Amino acid sequence: MAGLELLSDQGYRVDGRRAGELRRIQARMGVFAQADGSAYIEQGNTKALAVVYGPHEIRGSRARALPDRALVNCQYSSATFSTGERKRRPHGDRKSCEMGLQLRQTFEAAILTQLHPRSQIDIYVQVLQADGGTYAACVNAATLAVLDAGVPMRDFVCACSAGFVDSTALADLSHVEEAAGGPQLALALLPASGQIALLEMDARLHEDHLESVLEAAARAARDVHTLLDRVVRQHVREASVLLGD
Amino acid sequence: MKETPLSNCERRFLLRAIEEKKRLDGRQTYDYRNIKISFGTDYGCCIVELGKTRVLGQVSCELVSPKLNRATEGILFFNLELSQMAAPAFEPGRQSDLLVKLNRLLERCLRNSKCIDTESLCVVAGEKVWQIRVDLHLLNHDGNIIDAASIAAIVALCHFRRPDVSVQGDEVTLYTPEERDPVPLSIHHMPICVSFAFFQQGTYLLVDPNEREERVMDGLLVIAMNKHREICTIQSSGGIMLLKDQVLRCSKIAGVKVLEITELIQKALENDRKVRKEGGKYGFAESIASQRITAFKMEKAPIDTSDVEEKAEEIIAEAEPPLEVVSNPVLWTPGTAQIGEGVENSWGDLEDSEKEEEDEDGTDEAIILDSIKMDIGVEVSNIGSQDAPIVLSDSEEEEMIILEPDKNPKKIRTQTTSAKQEAPSKKPVRKRKKKRAAN
Repeated sequence: MAGLELLSDQGYRVDGRRAGELRRIQARMGVFAQADGSAYIEQGNTKALAVVYGPHEIRGSRARALPDRALVNCQYSSATFSTGERKRRPHGDRKSCEMGLQLRQTFEAAILTQLHPRSQIDIYVQVLQADGGTYAACVNAATLAVLDAGVPMRDFVCACSAGFVDSTALADLSHVEEAAGGPQLALALLPASGQIALLEMDARLHEDHLESVLEAAARAARDVHTLLDRVVRQHVREASVLLGD
Repeated sequence: MKETPLSNCERRFLLRAIEEKKRLDGRQTYDYRNIKISFGTDYGCCIVELGKTRVLGQVSCELVSPKLNRATEGILFFNLELSQMAAPAFEPGRQSDLLVKLNRLLERCLRNSKCIDTESLCVVAGEKVWQIRVDLHLLNHDGNIIDAASIAAIVALCHFRRPDVSVQGDEVTLYTPEERDPVPLSIHHMPICVSFAFFQQGTYLLVDPNEREERVMDGLLVIAMNKHREICTIQSSGGIMLLKDQVLRCSKIAGVKVLEITELIQKALENDRKVRKEGGKYGFAESIASQRITAFKMEKAPIDTSDVEEKAEEIIAEAEPPLEVVSNPVLWTPGTAQIGEGVENSWGDLEDSEKEEEDEDGTDEAIILDSIKMDIGVEVSNIGSQDAPIVLSDSEEEEMIILEPDKNPKKIRTQTTSAKQEAPSKKPVRKRKKKRAAN
C-alpha cells in the first residue's frame, strides 16, 4: 500500500471526505415482520443487519438464568461474500466469537436488564458488506433493533471508529484506511452521559495523541446519535400514521 | 469442576477494603506483584511468575510456504492455553469465553502492533518463509493472566534464536545450530499489557488485580504499551462505563509501569546471556529452589516493626488477664486424662454417671497426679505448687508409669476431693524426679 495517500495536503481523504466527516448513514427499522425487533444500516459501503428476539424464556439450560436480571446473548456473523476475498467460515471462528462477546458486553451495560429477570434477550447481527467500521455498524444496527423491539435501554449506544494519520485524527475509517495499518480505535458511547461502553484500539499510537483520537471518535459517535435519533423518530411517525393516530 | 462461588461476606469485605485503599496482600493501588523471569535450557523457553500466576512460554519455528496475499512476510502464530492445573474451574471445553478473549487480546497486542519484523522472516519470496509459533500455557491462575502472558510472550520471543539460513541462487541451505550460531529474531519494540480493575461503577481502580479482586471487580481495562510510550492496544471489557479522563489517567499509569517491567526484562535477558556465554549452568532446574521442583516460595513481606513494642503494651494493657492455667492433668481412667481448666470431660466416663455430679474446677484442686504415659509425653511437674506450669516434652518416655491401676476411678475422685486440703505429696514422685532430671 505504499504511495497511497490517506490524507492529502488539502485535507481530503481517499474517498474525498474531510478528516472528521462521517460516511453517509442510511438506516431503516422494522425490516423483518417475524422478529421482535430488526434494523438495517448502511454506513458508506458497510451494510449490517440486526435482529432482536426477546425478552423471552431462557433457551437451553435453566441453570443459566440469572435471578435478578436478563441474559443478553449476542451472535455476530459476517457473510462469506462480505469481504474482498470469499470467507470460509461465516461464524464460529475466533474473531466472530470475540465480536459477539464485545457486543454482549456493550449491550449488557446499556439494556436495563433488571426489568426482566430470568429471561433472555437475543441479538443477532449479520454483516452483508464489510468496508471498514464493521463493529461500529453492528452496534448501531443493534441499537436500532433493540429500540424497535421495545426493550428498555439507558440510552442510545452509538459507535464509531477513528484513526490517526499525519498528526490528524480521522473519523469513521473505511477499509482502505484500516488496511493501511495505522492505529484504529473503535468506541461505543452512550451520548447523553458521555460514558464509554466499549473501547478498543489496535496498532501503535503515541500516548500524547490518545486524547485527540478519543475526542474525534466521541464527536463522531455523537453525530451518529443525531442521525439515529432522526431515524427512530421518522419510524415512529410512520408507524403512528399507519395506526391511524 | 464448577467454580466455588464467592461468599457475600468475602465480597463485601474485599469491596470495603478497596474503598479504604487497602489490598489483601498489602500492596498500594498502583503496585505490581513481584515478577520473576526464568529461562529454560533451550532458546525461546521461559517461565514468568507474576506473584503466584505462572505462565510458560515457548517459541518454535518452521519453514513453510507463505500466505498467498502476503508472499514476502513470515507467519506468526500465538496460542494461549489455560491448563487444567491452573485452576479447578478450567476444564476442557468449559472456558471458551475467557480463552477467546485472552487469545484475541494477545494476538492484537503482538501481531497488530508489528513488534516483530515479519519481512525479515522471509527466506525465498513466495516460496519459503519462517513460521514462528508462540505457545503459552497458564500453569497457575492467581489473577491477571493477560499481563503475565504478554510478558512471557515477548520475553520468549526476545530469547528465541532461529536457525541460520543462506540462499544462493535457487539453493536454500538451512544450517543446524552446530554449524552456525542461531540468529535472534528482529524485534522492534516490546509491548506489555497492563491491567486495571474497576470497582463500584468505576470509582476505584486497582492495577494488577489478583484472583480475589478479579472476582469482585466490575470490569477490566487492558492497555498495552511499549517503553517509548506508544499505545499498542486498549481493550475495555466487562461492561464498565468509563469516562475519557479515566482512560487517559490509566494510560499515564501504564506508561510508568511498562518502563519498570521493560527494565526488568532487559536485566533478565542480559543475565541469561551472560550465564550462557560464560558456560555456567542455566535452565529451569538452576533457577528454581533446589529443595523442590515446583516450589512456591513465600515471598518475604516487609513489615514495619518500629512501633511493635508500644502496640504490644497497649494490647496487653487493654486485654483481660488470662485465666489461671491448670497445672496438672486430671486422670479419669488409665490412659485418659484431662488437661486444662474447664468442665469435666465425659470421654473417660465408662463407669457410673454419678461422677458427673462432681464439677472439676481444675484451678482449685490439688490434684495428685502421676504422670501417665501419654502419647504426647506430657510431664507433670509435681513440685508441690498447683500453679507450676506443665512441661511438655517431645521425648519419648521409655519408662511407663502406671497409676494405681487397681484403684477404682471413682475412688480416686473421692480421694481427691477429700485430699483437697492435703498437701499434694504421694508416691511416684521419686520416679518423676528422675524424669525431670532427664529433661
